[in-house]
Amino acid sequence: MSKHRMKNVSYDDDDYEDDGYDSPDPEEQEFLQQCTAAVLQRLRAGHPSVTATKEEVQDSLWHYYNDVEKSVNYLRGKREKEVKKQQASAASQKPKDQVAHFSAADFFRDCPWLNVPAQRKADILVEPLYPRLGLLGGAPDGGGKVSKLAALAAARKKKEGEKATSGPEVSSTSQQERPETTPPEPRGAPLSLRERLAASGKPSKPSESNDRLRSLGKPGLSAPSPAQNQPSPGPEKPTGPSMSELTQPIVAEPKETPEDQQPALDIRASPSTFASAIVGEAAAPTSAEPSHLHSNSVDLLGIYGQNHAEPFDFAGPSPDDVVINAQNTAKGFKSKLAASKSAGDKKAHAELANGVNGLSVEEKVTVKSKNLDVLAEYKKSTRKKSANFVVIGHVDAGKSTLMGRLLADQGAIDQRTLDKYRREAEKIGKGSFALAWVLDQGSEERARGVTIDIATNKFETDTTAFTIVDAPGHRDFVPNMIAGASQADFAVLVIDSSVGKFESGLKGQTKEHALLVRSMGVQKIIVAVNKMDAVQWDQGRFEEIEQQISSFLTTAGFQAKNISFVPCSGVLGDNITRRSDDSHASWYTGRTLIEELETSEPYTHALEKPLRMTIGDVFRGGVQNPLAISGRLDSGSLQTGDPILTMPSGETATVRSVEVDSEPSDWAVAGQNVVLNLANIDPVHLRSGDVVCRASSPIPNITTFTAKVLAFEHLMPMLVDVHRGRLHVPGRISKLVASLDKASGAPIKKRPKIVAPGTVARVVVEMEQAVPLEAPTRVVLRASGSTVAAGLLE
Amino acid sequence: MRLIKNKIEHGGSGTVTLSPEEPEDMWHAYNLIRPGDLLRASAIRRVTNVQDTGSTTSSRVHLTLEIRVKNLDFDPQSSQLHVSGQIMNETSHTKIGQYHTLDLELNRNFTLEKEIGADGEGVGWDSIAVEMLKDAVDEGGKRRAEAVAVVMQDGLAHICFIGQFQTILKQKVEMSVPRKRQGGGDHDKGMNKFYRVTLETLLRQMEFNTSITSGNNNEAVRPVLLASPGFVAAGFQKYIQSEAATTTPALKRLLPSIVVVHSASGYMNSLAEVLQSPAVKAILADTKYARETKLMDDFLEQLRKETNKATYGPREVESAVDQGAVGRGGGVLIVSNRLFRSQDVAERKRWVSLVDRVRDVEGGEVRVLSSDHESGKRLDGLGGIAALLTFPIPEEELDSDEE
Repeated sequence: MSKHRMKNVSYDDDDYEDDGYDSPDPEEQEFLQQCTAAVLQRLRAGHPSVTATKEEVQDSLWHYYNDVEKSVNYLRGKREKEVKKQQASAASQKPKDQVAHFSAADFFRDCPWLNVPAQRKADILVEPLYPRLGLLGGAPDGGGKVSKLAALAAARKKKEGEKATSGPEVSSTSQQERPETTPPEPRGAPLSLRERLAASGKPSKPSESNDRLRSLGKPGLSAPSPAQNQPSPGPEKPTGPSMSELTQPIVAEPKETPEDQQPALDIRASPSTFASAIVGEAAAPTSAEPSHLHSNSVDLLGIYGQNHAEPFDFAGPSPDDVVINAQNTAKGFKSKLAASKSAGDKKAHAELANGVNGLSVEEKVTVKSKNLDVLAEYKKSTRKKSANFVVIGHVDAGKSTLMGRLLADQGAIDQRTLDKYRREAEKIGKGSFALAWVLDQGSEERARGVTIDIATNKFETDTTAFTIVDAPGHRDFVPNMIAGASQADFAVLVIDSSVGKFESGLKGQTKEHALLVRSMGVQKIIVAVNKMDAVQWDQGRFEEIEQQISSFLTTAGFQAKNISFVPCSGVLGDNITRRSDDSHASWYTGRTLIEELETSEPYTHALEKPLRMTIGDVFRGGVQNPLAISGRLDSGSLQTGDPILTMPSGETATVRSVEVDSEPSDWAVAGQNVVLNLANIDPVHLRSGDVVCRASSPIPNITTFTAKVLAFEHLMPMLVDVHRGRLHVPGRISKLVASLDKASGAPIKKRPKIVAPGTVARVVVEMEQAVPLEAPTRVVLRASGSTVAAGLLE
Repeated sequence: MRLIKNKIEHGGSGTVTLSPEEPEDMWHAYNLIRPGDLLRASAIRRVTNVQDTGSTTSSRVHLTLEIRVKNLDFDPQSSQLHVSGQIMNETSHTKIGQYHTLDLELNRNFTLEKEIGADGEGVGWDSIAVEMLKDAVDEGGKRRAEAVAVVMQDGLAHICFIGQFQTILKQKVEMSVPRKRQGGGDHDKGMNKFYRVTLETLLRQMEFNTSITSGNNNEAVRPVLLASPGFVAAGFQKYIQSEAATTTPALKRLLPSIVVVHSASGYMNSLAEVLQSPAVKAILADTKYARETKLMDDFLEQLRKETNKATYGPREVESAVDQGAVGRGGGVLIVSNRLFRSQDVAERKRWVSLVDRVRDVEGGEVRVLSSDHESGKRLDGLGGIAALLTFPIPEEELDSDEE
């Protein structure tokens, strides 16, 4: 202890040492002896004669600058709890002198939990009141926290007390204060803190125990304790009313002390607050031995209670006293109390841990969540039914032009923009591409006249809000087309009806795209037989195409009722939003393309499932939103302020704001195309193809999976690229598990050497890097530029 | 690699002294040296001396050590080979049985001894080892063909060096490039940045001197293959041209050796396609890997046609050899050299004897493919061994397969 002491002193105040503790000044020594004798005598003479070791006495004398009164007072107070049964009489000993000289309660009446005037607070803290360091050298900063908490708890208690003021005597009020306010009562203080913490954490339990305790302890308590070292009512006045109310409910505390005391006697030092915050609950004492906890909080309160003066900082009483106290301690209640205390304790620890976390240097953007019930909001909202469709087909079938025409005719693009495109396109000699430029925004796309990446655009009819996903037709960009198709509810297959082109398309991407969208779960397909003007609206040609394509689509797995054909011309706009006025086209009386689109039924999405969203793009959303991601919610829902998790990086982020179809919104649900503006994440953790989910139900990152696939080409153990939406990673088929029966799924042949096209097989795919995939997900396997298989993760 | 001394005896025991000259030779050494061999090379060893007074001094001494190889560690990226084992010769600084790790260095001779023990526990210089040695020794320095390939796609580039026996992925450039958006020019900006980073990385990897004064140095530039789906590679070429024209004139030296080819994706998987493109074939005509690639394609073609004249997997191939299907008249045994690198002597013997049998008894052709090449990787996917057969063998049901 002395070592400890010295340390403090040296920081602070060099003359301190001269005060006599360490210096062997004979005069002082003598005086000390005298005082000691006096104190001991008075202690013994007191009504409940109290014993104290010489050392203890000297220490206390030292702390009180040889003030005998105070020392006696202190020592007595200290003993008081230990010798609880005699407490009553002992306490009455010398109240008056004390009041005159020193009123601890007065001095500390404004401890933080008792409405401290601001200037007093400073006083208290200015004192060289170093809290004792715990074993792990805990810093005192935990103390402030606790006291705050304690204040809160006290306030609650106050309320509670107001209700239940059966009248545990006014006198008990002052009595009450003692544990809280007076320094010399180290053990009382902790207890009260505990108690109050527990109360704030779990109001019911502590109150219960209080009641029980009250009834038990009443007799002993009422009169004596106030008398003992209590301040006069006078000084108390300022805070009087609040105090009395405050203290009222805590009446039980002193009574609890017996139980606590025993634990407190344990000489082992408890971990400091800091230490326990760092190490966590594990390090904290279990409920079986609450004693450590108490001594722990003693330290904290000691800051205010000045009991730093006490030499044996770690546990309080000397070893002798330990024995005595142990004998004196009341039995019982232990378990219950312990339980309630540990609850409060946990809370305190949690609080502290949070406090430590809060010290992080990083500046966090906090976004307030409105805590909406998104699904309820969604049901309330009266939006038009919405549908996403992907436009697919062979390269140069006129997909972009057809969609450009559709958008222009629907008024989604103004005439001025269109004229500008036309002028610019003519300037570089590609006048016929003007409409396609509506969607082909990239400079390279325009220069080369070919769509490279998917473009999304939207338009509304009277009944439906459509989102177009215009996919590239070129075989090199099939990965992009897969990304587009993964966002689609249904598909529009554009076919070039002109001679030769149809046939080459059928061999090329017409077929591949159709198979891909089917294997990605698209059920409905509208076939737009484009460029009919180039074949003079030849009905025979149309029927030929219809027949060939429908037979192919049926074998690909589309149901006949879900296939429809529309002859049209993208460049001229015939049969798109308006009927063709070409006399050659009069034979067609069916629906126009837009009418066909409107027949689509609303699609249901997995709103209730956990959040999943594949990131389509990561970009800078503007000055306000430096980081934005776009994509379509595959399942679940989210709202502004939600924390999200991105996989495979495993980084968390906060949704700063949400845009649904380019309109700001507070929430979004599955099936909607959204832009999320994110905060609290570094853009390096985000790539297109990553998956957004919630930390509560994260999508796993895997390196190998088994899938049931339909082979488009020969499959053998080979290198493949794995596609799922935007996700594109290299991998290899490591094992052909079995070829399966197409209808029943039963294995036909185990471990085939090679799987022929058109067969269903179960394969194992290994990937070089871990990617977020989970069953059931549709994946596409490609090798050397062609799709070799597509299927479902198992 | 230069062969300094060759003392292989008839039985298969013997020593060979070699001098590695280029980084790829380390790869050869990696394949030649096997656990159990004796390797003699110069080494630097830190020796600690304890004085009588108890003080210690440590110094680094040059020694020639002979070790019994226990372990090999090959780093293909930097072409470094570390061989660890127990010291077999006594020197003033070391004792027999101490452990040492030899770092083989370029242009420093090493001597490799393989022995067939009395009870045949070693494998000695078997046919495969001799074959490898022949491959390793570059007579006349005629195979220097080496190319740099950049396989790329939007925001992703793999820079790799294609050597005779190895394809080394030197560096991967990955960058998030914003996609095209309504009215956003971010994509072009992002691509430009991507090109810039890729070019910088490429030049660093090639150790290409871009200073002005390097313009008149006539150092040969290796062919650079730019491969991508779509227009990324072409865009990159254009970017290099514009850089050459404006900021870094030294790049002009590079321009003639650039070849743009098509690939299906920006991943290493599509390197096969790159190597098969006519433009590349013209540059790297008849190199070993071109032949290997063709062989693998032939094999896969047979497999695809389901003629039953091709088979793969250890068990299947062994059974085909047993039936005499890998023999004269078109039978080809394709083996990945990974199989010979096996730690297990019995395992190696199994494959060596299979190879010997096909070559010497059956009269078939044997091709050992480098597992560090693209074709070898494809073969590894098939179990490391495959065969083209002279006659169809009906597939048999193999209930329990190893692996």
